[in-house]
Amino acid sequence: MAAPFDLKNDDVVVIIGSGAGGGTLGNELAQKGIDVVILEAGGRYEYDDFINDEWDSFAQLAWKDMRTTSGDWRVAKDFPNLPAWIVKAVGGTTTHWAGASLRLQEHEFKTLTTYGKIEGANLLDWPITLADLEPYYAKAEDKMGVTRTNDIPGLPGNNNFKVLKAGADKFGYKECHTGRMAINSQPRDDRNSCQQTGFCFQGCKWGAKWSTLYTEIPKGEATGHLEVRPNSMVIKINHDATGKVTGVVYADKDGKLQEQKARIVAVAGNSIESPRLLLNSESSKYPHGLANSSGQVGRNYMRHTTGSVYAIFDKPVHMYRGTTMAGIVRDEARNDPSRGFVGGYELETLALGLPFMAAFLNPGGWGRSFTTALDHYDHMAGLWIVGEDMPRAENRVTLHASEKDPHGMPVANVHFDDHPNDTAMRDHAYRQGAAIYDAVGATRVFPTPPYPSTHNLGTNRMSENPEHGVVNKHGQTHDIKNLFVSDGSQFTTGGAENPTLTIVTLAIRQADYIAKQMAAKTI
Amino acid sequence: MVTIHEGRPGLSRRELLKRGSIGALLVIAGNAVISPENAWGLETAALKPETMATLIQMARDIYPHDQLADKFYAVAVKSHDEQAGKDAKHKELIEAGIADLDKRAGTGGYRGLGWEEERVAVLKAIETTPFFQAVRGGLVVGLYNQKEIWPVFGYEGESYSKGGYVSRGFDDIEWL
Ligand SMILES: Cc1cc2nc3c(=O)[nH]c(=O)nc-3n(C[C@H](O)[C@H](O)[C@H](O)COP(=O)(O)OP(=O)(O)OC[C@H]3O[C@@H](n4cnc5c(N)ncnc54)[C@H](O)[C@@H]3O)c2cc1C
Ligand code: SF4
Repeated sequence: MAAPFDLKNDDVVVIIGSGAGGGTLGNELAQKGIDVVILEAGGRYEYDDFINDEWDSFAQLAWKDMRTTSGDWRVAKDFPNLPAWIVKAVGGTTTHWAGASLRLQEHEFKTLTTYGKIEGANLLDWPITLADLEPYYAKAEDKMGVTRTNDIPGLPGNNNFKVLKAGADKFGYKECHTGRMAINSQPRDDRNSCQQTGFCFQGCKWGAKWSTLYTEIPKGEATGHLEVRPNSMVIKINHDATGKVTGVVYADKDGKLQEQKARIVAVAGNSIESPRLLLNSESSKYPHGLANSSGQVGRNYMRHTTGSVYAIFDKPVHMYRGTTMAGIVRDEARNDPSRGFVGGYELETLALGLPFMAAFLNPGGWGRSFTTALDHYDHMAGLWIVGEDMPRAENRVTLHASEKDPHGMPVANVHFDDHPNDTAMRDHAYRQGAAIYDAVGATRVFPTPPYPSTHNLGTNRMSENPEHGVVNKHGQTHDIKNLFVSDGSQFTTGGAENPTLTIVTLAIRQADYIAKQMAAKTI
Repeated sequence: MVTIHEGRPGLSRRELLKRGSIGALLVIAGNAVISPENAWGLETAALKPETMATLIQMARDIYPHDQLADKFYAVAVKSHDEQAGKDAKHKELIEAGIADLDKRAGTGGYRGLGWEEERVAVLKAIETTPFFQAVRGGLVVGLYNQKEIWPVFGYEGESYSKGGYVSRGFDDIEWL
């Protein structure tokens, strides 16, 4: 049973956010017998509640609280108040996610060493290596049931994948398959196998796709050591005169402010909210926000270099049937500067329903050029580009000077300018994506601009040297021993791979570290 | 409130002719826009019915799908009438925007321009205005989120209740 903990209980670990990072950390600690309270800003919707409808599901799950944007990225123009497409609900963005689960490559932990200094980029090596993470990656893959690991077969390919595969083969790519997916290709972990429903982005009603909502969280609750408190928006982290954090202030479901005491606080609100909360927790002792002696909190915001390529064929495809991300081409993921950029990218199939296609194919577009594309919606295939983007000091999350949310907390502004390396990579990927579809007879292709960010990374980055980043190699803040960061904001650099497997891996590793430090009474 | 009436609007053909037709298809009667051929009518509450008729044409010119009946465009823009009823500023935005369109179009007004290209040229000239953006922006959800039109585009919508596509063609492509 879920254990309700007292507000004054200062023995608990408080985790802010119940997504990939927070939900996993919470369960891992609870399994070790450590008492945990997860405070989650959003409501709790079980998988029966999910809706097979793009806009209705968006209304149910997405983070819609006001945010602002600036910078030259197109999202700032098309979606000025929606910089990111992420979730506010128990389970966090693991309700919306597609399930692609790839390990980072060895060189992606050492970008400064591998790529060298790049003008306008704030590259840094991670303080850990692939070898450090490998045992934890293995645990994460097992926990999440990733296909093509642990003898789990790959998923069957849907129509969208078959088009990609035929094109990639003709074009000469060597590594194209149905991916490493945290989606059951056969029943596992008391969860169903994928029924090819095609609404992975709207929450998997079969529970076939891994989400902390129906894996980590109930497992943690079953230990009696985990309480998840939904509709609890944390607005400030408190500390004592010595600088140690002592608890958090949150607005409860009725909007009333409460303080939950804590022995340890772990921030896992995703890369926009986590720095927002640290910055908003400024005090006379920490005038620039918590854990911000380096000035790096909120900086180096990364969102992966993305974009999509949709193509129309003279015959039907019905790409929306079946898994949303149904296959991958990995040939461009290597670092090969001869292509005109450093780092690499993955190409992964993606399908949107008609309502989202209308909103995202060419935001702002109108007239026959736009509508004739939609007229052939059922003849379309599509892929998504996900590549490594350059961390930049000025790409950052800051507190808005005047706009506030209903709790009086300044809203986050997200500033992003593409680095020339990002632009060169995106253009290359548009050409390669088009070539794949041309190889199987596309009659028209669409280089589609990036959507609001689904991968948000880097704003509390890991560093060896406390001057270069916010947290150490365990996600522990350099400045405050009992304050941790447990989400994608820890990423020193982004790699070309979808981030969630690495977020989960880091959370498992962090749980071991926290348990050891607690046992040793160092925190 | 705007109501879309299904069924015969109850005007005789003679009466309709007397009132004069707008464009080829839509008729203004009292406070309603009526499509006599297709048996639906749309009553306006805040906006002038002529304004609504022009909005419907404008909606089609922004997102032209020849396989979609006017009715869907009418549904897509009716929220402007509702909003105009609650917000005088919105009413002014729409009425003034449409008046401007008519003025730019010349004597016959916007709906009097026979070719889509002519109307699109007028829209091009105003595409950065808040009026145009409000109409276009509203259409993205107002038009494409109507479940009734999804089959026209070959989109099948909700699939969980049918057991997903695992035995309904997720991999049925044959031409590759
Ligand atoms: C459409 C889509 C598809 C995706 N597909 C993939 C994929 O295939 N593979 C992949 O690796 N990744 C994918 N992602 C990304 C993936 O979902 C995220 O990287 C991952 O969930 C991030 O984990 P997190 O723990 O950092 O944050 P989240 O999972 O977003 O969790 C953060 C939680 O914190 C809560 N929160 C925030 N602030 C506060 C506060 N102040 N108080 C209380 N609670 C708070 C939020 O409500 C949220 O529930 C996808 C994302 C989207 C949107
Ligand atoms: S396609 Fe599979 S994983 Fe995606 S929502 Fe449907 S059943 Fe779940």
